[in-house]
Amino acid sequence: MKAFFKISNLSAGYFKLDIIRNVSLEINPGDFMGIIGPNGSGKTTLLRLSSRVIYPRKGGIYFQGKNIFNMDLKEFCRSVAFVAQDISTSFSFSALELVLMGRIPHLKRLQFETKKDFDISERALALTDSSDLKDKRIDELSAGERQRVVIARSLAQEPVLLFLDEPTSHLDIGHQIQIMDLLNKLNRQSNLTIVMVLHDLNLASAYCNRICLLDSGSIFKEGTPEDVLTYKNIEAVYKTIVLVNNNPVTGRPNVILVPGEK
Amino acid sequence: MIIKRLKKTLLVLFLLLCLAVILGLVKGAVHIPLVNLLFKDNAVILNLRLLRILAAILVGSGLAVSGIALQAILRNPLAEPYLLGTSSGAGLAAVIAVILGLSRIYMPLAAFLGALVSIVLVYTLSAERKKIADKSLILSGVIISVAFSSIIVFLVSLFGDEAMHEMNWWLWGSLQVYDWKLVLLISIPVISGIGVIYAFAQDLNAIQLGEEEAVHLGIDMHKVKNILIVTTSLITASLICICGIIGFVGLIVPHMMRSIVGPNHRMLIPTTCLAASIFMIVCDVFARTLFAPVEIPIGVITAMIGAPAFIILLKRGKRI
Repeated sequence: MKAFFKISNLSAGYFKLDIIRNVSLEINPGDFMGIIGPNGSGKTTLLRLSSRVIYPRKGGIYFQGKNIFNMDLKEFCRSVAFVAQDISTSFSFSALELVLMGRIPHLKRLQFETKKDFDISERALALTDSSDLKDKRIDELSAGERQRVVIARSLAQEPVLLFLDEPTSHLDIGHQIQIMDLLNKLNRQSNLTIVMVLHDLNLASAYCNRICLLDSGSIFKEGTPEDVLTYKNIEAVYKTIVLVNNNPVTGRPNVILVPGEK
Repeated sequence: MIIKRLKKTLLVLFLLLCLAVILGLVKGAVHIPLVNLLFKDNAVILNLRLLRILAAILVGSGLAVSGIALQAILRNPLAEPYLLGTSSGAGLAAVIAVILGLSRIYMPLAAFLGALVSIVLVYTLSAERKKIADKSLILSGVIISVAFSSIIVFLVSLFGDEAMHEMNWWLWGSLQVYDWKLVLLISIPVISGIGVIYAFAQDLNAIQLGEEEAVHLGIDMHKVKNILIVTTSLITASLICICGIIGFVGLIVPHMMRSIVGPNHRMLIPTTCLAASIFMIVCDVFARTLFAPVEIPIGVITAMIGAPAFIILLKRGKRI
């Protein structure tokens, strides 16, 4: 059987420098995978490669057996969607207009959206609890609301695989949990495979079934949260001393920071 | 929902356009009541005024829609149709043609070629590894414009009055056109160009969110940019042939319409077409009547109306 999403021997970077070095990783249907690692370890570059924004120097990425860099871009985007850290817009669209843009990969040029496209977009807004936002302008929304609308747009693409780049980094803890719970629900109920870059180790631990720890462009360790989030691994990669115990509710590893100076 | 709102706005604008057309027919160096225009004696005047109105519609919608496309793909609110140095290229070619003593018949052709040369120059200058970098495109455009303008001034100072007169005509524009065939010929690239840009309306929307976001939605940025730069260049180069350089239309009308109908290009492009046509017809009426029988260059009028309108929009705190 063909692998669902497979990164094999990938090397890539900007200018002459390789940011990603010989990375191989397989993502299975139904995964909720977290990609963690220090700043500059290549997390975002790996995501930009997976979204075809940049091209690799060596190796390849395969989606259901097809090399994504040779696929028709629209065909690829009908199955795989991306959510960036935060969208910026110089012109103010309404939330519904933004979500409708998720239908672009499904429409031909000059084809107006049909009732079906509107229905799918409204459903995506409902799934992310943002139906009441649909007529608001996106530059009037709060960061948390905007992130929900952007996730709704990615759902309007009807993807089977969703990548997210630190979707919670601008949010307070309440909104962080809200977004992560939403993604968890989509993962369970709609069987949406999720791969996300995360900074917060405890969020990764609490929600992901697999974690991939990157260190200077290579995979340091990949596996369940219990395998990856040990104090030894974290100390080796982040050069920081931490304590790891268990979250009393989830039983997953809980990373505790230790201040350096008393 | 969008389509319904679009139809309503288009209907209102269309009625305004009809009024503007009537105004354009009646007003001029001499005022002729609408009914009298149908008399045989006035056939020549009617013919000329109709031609000017047609030219105004082509120029207005062509320049404004080109402005929209460039503002969108470069994500720069100050982008305008002459960004790629077309204006100075056309002006330089026209001045050279005058100095060489070429017949006026060849003037549009010279301007067209001059505009194309400057576009090709700017485009090659800004191409980096087969990709077009937005910033270097804008910078190369400015550099080519400055270089060509200095050559124009140099030539004018050497060859004097006649070249000067010709240069002014090109640099400030005019809708004084006499040749139906030329206008109809120009209408082919302009109308089809607007059609091409409209076909990319939803892509332009997505590009507003950022180039990477557009790629995430399945848009081939490289292809879209190339197609639209070539399209807008052809539209502007063609329009320069019949009317010289008319500033502000490509900048002010898109921004005005954006503050009225919003940023969605599905709405923005057709409504701007109509609004820019109305704007040009009215500006032309002013150009002909303010100091009749002397005709003021239309570029002066668009700037005199455009600049204050722009400032009012900015001060009202509308999003530009």
